[in-house]
Amino acid sequence: MTERTDITLTINGREHVIGVEPRRTLVDAIREDCGQTGTHIGCEHGICGACTVIVDGEPVRSCLMFAVQADGKKIRTVEGLAAGDKLHPMQQAFMDHHGLQCGFCTPGFLMLAVGVLEREPDISDDDLLDVLASNLCRCTGYQNIIKAVRAAAKEMRGQ
Amino acid sequence: MTAPAKFIGRSLPRLEDRPLLTGQGRFAADISFPGQWHMRVVRSPIAHGKITSINASAALALPGVHAVWTHDDVAHIPPIGFRLTGLTELEPYRQCALARGTVRYVGEPVAAVFAADPYLAEDAIDLVALDIEPLVVILDAAAAPGPFDEHRNTETTIIEKKSGDIDAAFRAAHAIVELDLSIGRHSGVPLETRGAIARYDERKDVLEMHGAAKVPHWNRDRLAMMFGRTPESVQLYEGHVGGGFGIRGEMYPEDVLVCAAALAFKRPIKWIEDRREHLIAANHSRQQRHKIRAAIDKDGRILGIDNEFFHDNGAYMRTHAATVPDLAAAMLPGPYRVPAYRARGHIRLTNKTPCGTYRSPGRYETTFVRERLIDAIAAKTGIDVIEIRRRNLIAKSAMPYSLGFGTLGTDIVYDSGDYAKLMDRLLTAADWPAMQRTLAQRRAAGEKVGAGYAMFVEKSGLGPFDKVRIEVAPSGAVEVVTGVASIGQGVETALAQIAAETLGVDYAGIKVVHGQTDRIDKGMGAFASRVTVMCGEATRMAAVKLRETALGAAAELMQTSAGALDIVDGEIVRTGTPGPSMPLGALAARPEGLSAEAEFKSSHMVYPYGAHVVQLKLDGDTGGVAIERYLVAFDIGKAVNPMLVEGQIVGGLAQGLGGALYEEFLYAENGEPLSVSFADYLMPTAREMPGIEVIVTEDAPSPLNTYGFKGAGEGGITPVGAAVASAIDDALQQPGAVAQLPVTPQRLKALMRARH
Repeated sequence: MTERTDITLTINGREHVIGVEPRRTLVDAIREDCGQTGTHIGCEHGICGACTVIVDGEPVRSCLMFAVQADGKKIRTVEGLAAGDKLHPMQQAFMDHHGLQCGFCTPGFLMLAVGVLEREPDISDDDLLDVLASNLCRCTGYQNIIKAVRAAAKEMRGQ
Repeated sequence: MTAPAKFIGRSLPRLEDRPLLTGQGRFAADISFPGQWHMRVVRSPIAHGKITSINASAALALPGVHAVWTHDDVAHIPPIGFRLTGLTELEPYRQCALARGTVRYVGEPVAAVFAADPYLAEDAIDLVALDIEPLVVILDAAAAPGPFDEHRNTETTIIEKKSGDIDAAFRAAHAIVELDLSIGRHSGVPLETRGAIARYDERKDVLEMHGAAKVPHWNRDRLAMMFGRTPESVQLYEGHVGGGFGIRGEMYPEDVLVCAAALAFKRPIKWIEDRREHLIAANHSRQQRHKIRAAIDKDGRILGIDNEFFHDNGAYMRTHAATVPDLAAAMLPGPYRVPAYRARGHIRLTNKTPCGTYRSPGRYETTFVRERLIDAIAAKTGIDVIEIRRRNLIAKSAMPYSLGFGTLGTDIVYDSGDYAKLMDRLLTAADWPAMQRTLAQRRAAGEKVGAGYAMFVEKSGLGPFDKVRIEVAPSGAVEVVTGVASIGQGVETALAQIAAETLGVDYAGIKVVHGQTDRIDKGMGAFASRVTVMCGEATRMAAVKLRETALGAAAELMQTSAGALDIVDGEIVRTGTPGPSMPLGALAARPEGLSAEAEFKSSHMVYPYGAHVVQLKLDGDTGGVAIERYLVAFDIGKAVNPMLVEGQIVGGLAQGLGGALYEEFLYAENGEPLSVSFADYLMPTAREMPGIEVIVTEDAPSPLNTYGFKGAGEGGITPVGAAVASAIDDALQQPGAVAQLPVTPQRLKALMRARH
């Protein structure tokens, strides 16, 4: 399993040319080969969602995708959300509503919520709850995450 | 001349948030050093057996695999010691870094592989051939004990708590109520798995461990002892920590292994746990069976409680030793008068993952047991569940109230509390009578709905000390250096608020240092809801000293008296009169600098208390439980940051619901763990969490510290199992139906079938 393939990952607009084994997961490539450690690994089973990133506009569990499958695709991670010092409305809402405690699951929730709301800005509250129920948080009890995402959804719709 | 409260009591934004929101966190896996080797642990696939051989030759033949260790390589290192409640009779049951001859649970470290790359290390562990001869497996701690080794059996010890004349109480009883109750095995399961990175700096002769959490100073001292080093030559560093809940940060075999390997190979050694490992190797908790009896008089008043329980501690005694069963025995009486009490706890080992504390250790378990008992007394006497509690509550006038025994090296003396008042507040908020009427109507219409009520006393603020040093830089920057730890609970913000309040500077400019053993010589860490109470008071004391020093020095320079000066926004000003002022930083620029140090000592814990109400609906077809409404009232004396307090409560509550309804570590008959992924170990998601109505009260400030703080970390979780059980009974209209947690769909359906 040591043959490596050269691939290009475009992360937050920047190209990373890396050589990876075919079995290397996307999350390991993002973290270890591209140095973007904001994306976290919580289970490697595709269940907790801590590793969620946006690949070509769609939220993806980066522990369930091989790096080679992301060759040439546009990847967005938590590091790319803020515009300089100005937080993305989703980040700001998480701060305002105390939507994080330890912060380990937070990047995954941010990318999940941003990814879904960009595609479906008028998603119903109930559908949004279904979406958020696909990631795990062990600290907050979700109440404040739900409040934050709903507030950010409004903001992102320009209301 | 006290300034109005500016920081304490306000829901200010957290200082911790920005790096965590922007991907700049430094969690254990984010730490790497050049030239590091990766460790991967070979774990026993057998629950109990004798190791006859370990063959690592195939693994060692893989290019890039540097070493494989077994017990012989670490035989010189003593087993991991006890941090709390370390009874000497428990010492033979301690765990070694790698199994010594016998394996006692699936997941026990048997060998360690060191390789250039984590993928390679994982390939290599598959090539380590283990020969293990199976032995008889023990899984039920309440059954007869079996052999642990050739000298000892699996009953490690019995702990006992007593007060009053229990035999007389039962002789005088009008009636006796008896229950047999079980709590399932579950645990904290933080979202970040464990991780440890050790490196040895040969030039300075210092061993470093990164990825520390919870109790860095204790672990530093203990590692130094184990490796025969001075404490100064071992330093621990806490980065961001992805959740603690009691289990993370305790010393585990893997911590010892990375340190030993860093010393042996003179290479940085990195170990990051995967989720399957976490679920079988990190501390489990909670599993107990209680056989409890209450003697009552004709009015339902408790005369005595006699409890015999069996604590399943898994395969070894880890750092917590007897802590959980000791707390279970000690905290069982809760908010009620129990004139005579006896608890006998059998601390038993089984061939399952070893156990430690999990948020509200001993109290989640015994609050379930006690509140089930009170409900049973209500059912036996025909007295309403609220009235029966009211009759038995400890009165405000009885405070401080001693239970007559101790735990964690302290006497249990409830410092303050008005339990009846809190009960009334919560029942009013819930509109309990209206809730009862509506639920009765709905049940009459065929719905399976019910409400439950449970009360509890928590403990917090365990001493014996905390030390804080506050340093001001010439720039005016303020640093609060502590010996506590941050596991995500908002330590930096809370301590900054306390320091800011006293000092007269903005909280947002204060940097709180924690979890760095090279920054302060001693510290107790973060557990037992102790940080705000102990370190908060130490911070206040240091801030008072610093303020006095600053005002004294400024008075000389400004040719006035210290009493005529104040510190406002970091500027030393004349009180009431405009005039020249001086920045705090200017004093720090003097040769002697500007700093102050204080230590707060306390030999008693402080006791917050609370009550929960839950309304739920059962699904007769699926056995599912839907929470319709949930209210919490929790008195913590004084809230530093109400937003963070509510966050603690709601977060704890979600975990409590997990233990009440979903989460359970199950084992096959041969001791094979069945809950090894998040697909089998079900933690609540956003879908399972109801909206929570939280009432934080400050009726009973603690007399044991200046602001009256009590810890807020655990009251969200403590009575959840108890309240949910009571509500399910109510929905089934079958008092005492729930005798076991979690009430999984299968168990609920069985209860429903039993009814018909």
